[in-house]
Amino acid sequence: MTLSELMETLPYGPAPETAQPALDWLKAHQGKFGLFIGGRWRDPAQKEWFATHNPANAQKLAEVAQASAADVDEAVKAARKALAGWRQTPGHVRARYLYALARQVQKHARLFTVLETLDNGKPIRETRDIDIPLVARHFYYHAGWAQLMESELPGYAPVGVVGQIIPWNFPLLMLSWKIAPALAMGNTVVLKPAEFTPLTALLFAEICQNIGLPPGVVNILTGDGSTGAALVAHPGVDKIAFTGSTEVGRLIRKATAGSGKKLSLELGGKSPFLVFEDADLDSAVEGVVDAIWFNQGQVCCAGSRLLVQEGIAEKMYAKLRARMEKLRCGDPLDKAVDIGAIVAPVQLQRIERLVQKGLEEGAELWQPSWAVPSQGCFYPPTLFTRVAPASTIAQEEIFGPVLAALTFRTPEEAVRLANNTRYGLAASIWSEDINLALDIATQIKAGTIWINSTNLFDAASGFGGYRESGFGREGGREGLWEYVKKAESRERRAQSKRKKNPQPSALGPKQSEAVLPPIDRTAKLFIGGKQARPDSGYSKAVYGPDGRLLGEVGLGNRKDIRNAVEAARAAFEGWRKTTAHNKAQILYFLAENLSERALEFAHRIHQQTGQDGQREVEAALEALFTAAAWADKYEGVVHPTPIRNVTLAVPEPIGVMGILCPDDQPLLALARLAGTALALGNTLVVVPSPGAPLTATDFYQVLETSDIPAGTFNIVTGERDELAKTLAEHDDVDAVWYAGPQAGRALVEKASAGNMKRTWTLPESGALPDTDEILRQATQIKNIWVPYGA
Amino acid sequence: MATATIPQPHVPERNPGTPFDPSALEGALVNKSAIERRAATLPTRRSIKKEWQAAWLLHAIRTIDLTTLSGDDTPGTVQRLCAKARQPVRPELLQDLGMPGLRLTTGAVCVYHEMVPTAVAALEGSGIPVAAVSTGFPAGLNPHRLKLQEIEASVAAGASEIDIVISRRHVLTGNWKALYQEVRDFREACGPAHMKSILAVGELGTLKNVFKTSMVCMQAGSDFIKTSTGKESVNATLPNSLVMVRAIRAYYEQTGHKVGFKPAGGIRSAKQALDWLILMKEELGHEWMQPHLFRIGASALLNDIERQLEHFAYGRYASMQYQPLG
Repeated sequence: MTLSELMETLPYGPAPETAQPALDWLKAHQGKFGLFIGGRWRDPAQKEWFATHNPANAQKLAEVAQASAADVDEAVKAARKALAGWRQTPGHVRARYLYALARQVQKHARLFTVLETLDNGKPIRETRDIDIPLVARHFYYHAGWAQLMESELPGYAPVGVVGQIIPWNFPLLMLSWKIAPALAMGNTVVLKPAEFTPLTALLFAEICQNIGLPPGVVNILTGDGSTGAALVAHPGVDKIAFTGSTEVGRLIRKATAGSGKKLSLELGGKSPFLVFEDADLDSAVEGVVDAIWFNQGQVCCAGSRLLVQEGIAEKMYAKLRARMEKLRCGDPLDKAVDIGAIVAPVQLQRIERLVQKGLEEGAELWQPSWAVPSQGCFYPPTLFTRVAPASTIAQEEIFGPVLAALTFRTPEEAVRLANNTRYGLAASIWSEDINLALDIATQIKAGTIWINSTNLFDAASGFGGYRESGFGREGGREGLWEYVKKAESRERRAQSKRKKNPQPSALGPKQSEAVLPPIDRTAKLFIGGKQARPDSGYSKAVYGPDGRLLGEVGLGNRKDIRNAVEAARAAFEGWRKTTAHNKAQILYFLAENLSERALEFAHRIHQQTGQDGQREVEAALEALFTAAAWADKYEGVVHPTPIRNVTLAVPEPIGVMGILCPDDQPLLALARLAGTALALGNTLVVVPSPGAPLTATDFYQVLETSDIPAGTFNIVTGERDELAKTLAEHDDVDAVWYAGPQAGRALVEKASAGNMKRTWTLPESGALPDTDEILRQATQIKNIWVPYGA
Repeated sequence: MATATIPQPHVPERNPGTPFDPSALEGALVNKSAIERRAATLPTRRSIKKEWQAAWLLHAIRTIDLTTLSGDDTPGTVQRLCAKARQPVRPELLQDLGMPGLRLTTGAVCVYHEMVPTAVAALEGSGIPVAAVSTGFPAGLNPHRLKLQEIEASVAAGASEIDIVISRRHVLTGNWKALYQEVRDFREACGPAHMKSILAVGELGTLKNVFKTSMVCMQAGSDFIKTSTGKESVNATLPNSLVMVRAIRAYYEQTGHKVGFKPAGGIRSAKQALDWLILMKEELGHEWMQPHLFRIGASALLNDIERQLEHFAYGRYASMQYQPLG
C-alpha cells in the first residue's frame, strides 16, 4: 500500500521484534544443550536429546537433553553436596547472590524476553512487560528474605534438597517463583523446566554460572514426564514443589505419600469472573481481556467462567464482542499482537475438542470475524454464552482462549455458582460497591481474589489454591513456610526422649474401687451436638496399661464418619462467621468446664495411659487458653505490592477437618490440635486416641456444657486407621491431621489425593508441634487485592 | 464560510443534543484503577512503525487544531501560525516521502476572539476553519450574558468553531441541570458554528465527574467534548481521555448521535499523537480518527511530527532548526 492509501485506512502494520540475538545465542551453543549439574554442563547419561519448537511457525529452535533417572541421581547428589555449605552461608551472602540474579535478569531482559516468546509463543508484550519484570522482582524480593531470615524466622531451618517441576505457561516466571524462595531460605534445588519450554531455564543456568553461584545450589534438568517422575521418587529429595495440572499433582501426592517429603502443589483452576450490575462494565470488559486472553488463556488462574448478573448480561456480552473484534492475534514477536500462539499442537487439539463439546452441549459460540494465521498453532478468542453450570466447558479447565458465560440473579447465587467447582485458585469480582465486593470476596473459596482487577501478581503477595487447586503459597511471607522446617530445639529433643514412667502416685487411691458395683456407663459417639450410638452396633473394649477393662467405646464406621462430616459441614459457615471474640469466649468456657472436672479427667488419663493425669489436664487447660488467646489474635497482613491498592493476606479456616489423635497424651493432643483448629474457625471430626478414647468420650460432656455449637466438634471412636481412610477419601473433608504410625501416615496422604485435601501427619508419640505450626496448618491464606482510587 | 470547502468524506450530521436526562448520570460507574490500567496498556499493546507510522503521523497533522493562546499574541504571530497551518510539512519533505501532490493542512487554527479576523484573513481560500476559544476562557467566570455575546461576536467575525469553557462550579456542586442549561445556551449562541465544550478535567476532581460532565455537555448539544484549556495544572491524559471517549460511546449507543473528541494541553510529541490515535481506533473505531470527530489541540506537536517524518524519509535523526516555525 502507498502512504496515501495507508493515510486513508490507518491500519496497524507489522511491528516485529527481531529474534536475531536469541537465535545467535542458540547458535553459539550449536543449537544443543546439556544438563546443568553441580555447576557444570554435561551430556545426559543416555545421550538422548529432544527438540523444542517455536509454536508460532513449528520451526525447531534447539535440542535439549533428556535427563534420565541416573542424571536425576547425579543432580540430587550435587544438590546434597552443595547443601551443607549453602545452608551455612550467611543470609547476607545469600542475599547478595539473589540480588545478583535479579540484576542479571534485568541486564539480559530483552534476551530472556525474546527467547521466552520464541519458545512459548506468548506475545512479546507479555514477556517484555509482565513475565520478565516479575522474574526480576521475585529475586529482589527474596534477596530481602535471605537477608532477614535469621531475624524474622528464628528457629527455622531450610528443608534441604528441593525438587521443583514447573509448567510451560510461564517458564521463567515459574522458575523464579520456585528458585528464589528456596535459595533465600538456604535450600538447594534440582529444577525441571517443562518439556515444551526449556530454553529460558538454560539461559538462567548460565547466569547462575556467571555470578559464581556455588556449584550444585541450582541444578537444571531438562526432560519429559519421566524425568519429573524420577525426581519425585528420588529418596534424596526432601521436598517437591510442583506447578502444573491437577492430574499430575494427584500422581505426585500419591507417589510421595508416606515418604516424609514436604510437598507444595499449585494446580489447575476454573476461576470465576463475577460482574455485578453496579460494575464499571467497560473496565470489566478489559478485565475479561486480561483474564482469559492473557497468555492465550493458558493460565492456571485464568478467569474462564464469566458470571454476569442477568439484567446486564446482554449489554456485557455486546461490549465483549465489540472488544473481541479489536483483539489482534498473530506473530508473537509482533509488538502489536494481543494473542500469540498456543504452546503446542496437542494443546490446540484439546482446546478444539472442548469447544466442540461445548457446541454439542448446546452453548452458543461467538468468535470475531477475523481469522487467525493459518500456519502455526493459533486459536481465536472465543465466547460461549447460554452455558449451563453442568456443562463440560463450565466445569473443565480448557487452558485456552475460551470463555464460558453464565448468569446469576443475586449475590447469594453468584457465590453459589462461583464456588460450584472442584478448584479454588482465584476469582475476580467487579462491582463499584465495596460492601458487596468484600462480602463476596470473603465467601469465595479461592486463594487469590482480585476486586475490580484481575491477574495481578507480585512477589510480596502469596499465590496458591484452595481445594483441588493445590496447597502451599508462593510469594509473600506465607510462601516462605514451604521452604523451611522447625529446627529441632534442645527442649523438644529433651521432651521426646523423656521416658514414659508410670507415676502411680499421681492420683492416690483408685476411685473405682468402691464398695458398691459401679453403674455401667455407655460412651457414645458425639455427632451434630448429640450423643449417638454407633451405626455398627458394636462396641470396642478399652483396657488400661495394666490390662484391666476400663469400659467400652462405640465402634464407629464409615457411616458414622459420613454423618459426622455432614454435621461438621452444616455447622461450618455459622462457626466461620462467629466472631473471633465469641470463639475465644467459648474456648475459655470450655477450659473452665474442664477444670471443674479436672480430677475426674486426670484419673481417667492415668487409668488409660498410666501417665500423670493431673499434669496432662493442667497442660490441656493451658492449651485451651492458648487456643482461645489466638482466636482473636491470629491475624493477616497487608502486603506492600507495587500498585495503588491494599493486598489483604487473610488467614481463613480450611473448612471441615478430620483430626486423628495420637495415643500419647490423649487429652493434651485433643486440646492442642482440636482446640487450635476450632479457635480458627474450622469444624471438626475428631477420632480420639486409640489407646485412651474414654478421655474424648468424657470430653463431649464438657463440650455439651460449653456453648459449642452443634456439629462444630464431632467425635467418632473406632479403629483409627479405618476411620482415617474414610476421612482422607471423603470429598467433603478439606483437611486431615493424622498422628500415628508410618503406615497410617502413608495411607492418609495417599487417600487425600482424591480431592487434594491438605494433610498433616505427625508421629504417634513425642512432643506435639509448636503452636505457630498448628496455627498455620489450621488456616490457608487468601490474598484479596483491593485497588482504590477516587 | 470557510468550512464549506474542507475536504471531508461526508458532511456529518451534528449532534442536536437531547433533553436533560439525569438518569444517564446515575449509571456513571468509573473505576479509576481499572481505567488507569487500560490507559497504561493502550500504548504498550500497539506499536506503529515505518511507513505505517509515517501515514499515521501525516494523518495526525490533519487533526491538529494548531493553537496559539498567549497574552502576547499579535497579528504577526497569528499570521505565522496560519502560514504553518496551510503548509504544515515542507514541500520537499512531502516530495521525498513520495507524496508531492498531497494537500495537507491542519484541522483548524485556534485563537482568542481578538485574533479571529486576522486568522480568517490569513486562511482565506485554504478551507481551514478558524476556531475561537470563548465564554471567558480559560476560567469561565464572566457573566453568562457576556459569554453569549462573546460567542456571537466570534461567529460574526468568521469563526466556524467555538471552543467554550464550562462553569466548573456546576460540576463541583452537582448542579447538572444548571450545567446543561449553560451549555444549551452556548450551543444556541453558536448557531451554525460547531461547538467544542471544554471540560477542564483537571479541575473536576474525579473521573466520575469527568464522565458525568461529558454526558451533560453532549446532551446539551456539543459537537465535540474537549479535555482542557491547556491552562490547568492537569490537562489531557490518557485516563481522563479514556473516560470521555467511553462517554462518547455510551452517548452514541443511547442516542445514535456522534460527538467528537479533542484532547488538548500537553500533547507535544509524535509518540503521544499516536497514543491518542490508538485510543480512538481501539475504543471508538476508524471514523472517530477523522478530523470531523477527532482533533488534537496543540502548538509544539507539529514540529515533532515533522522531525519524525524526516527521520522516516532520510533515515537520520532530525533537528528542530530545520523545521519551519509556526
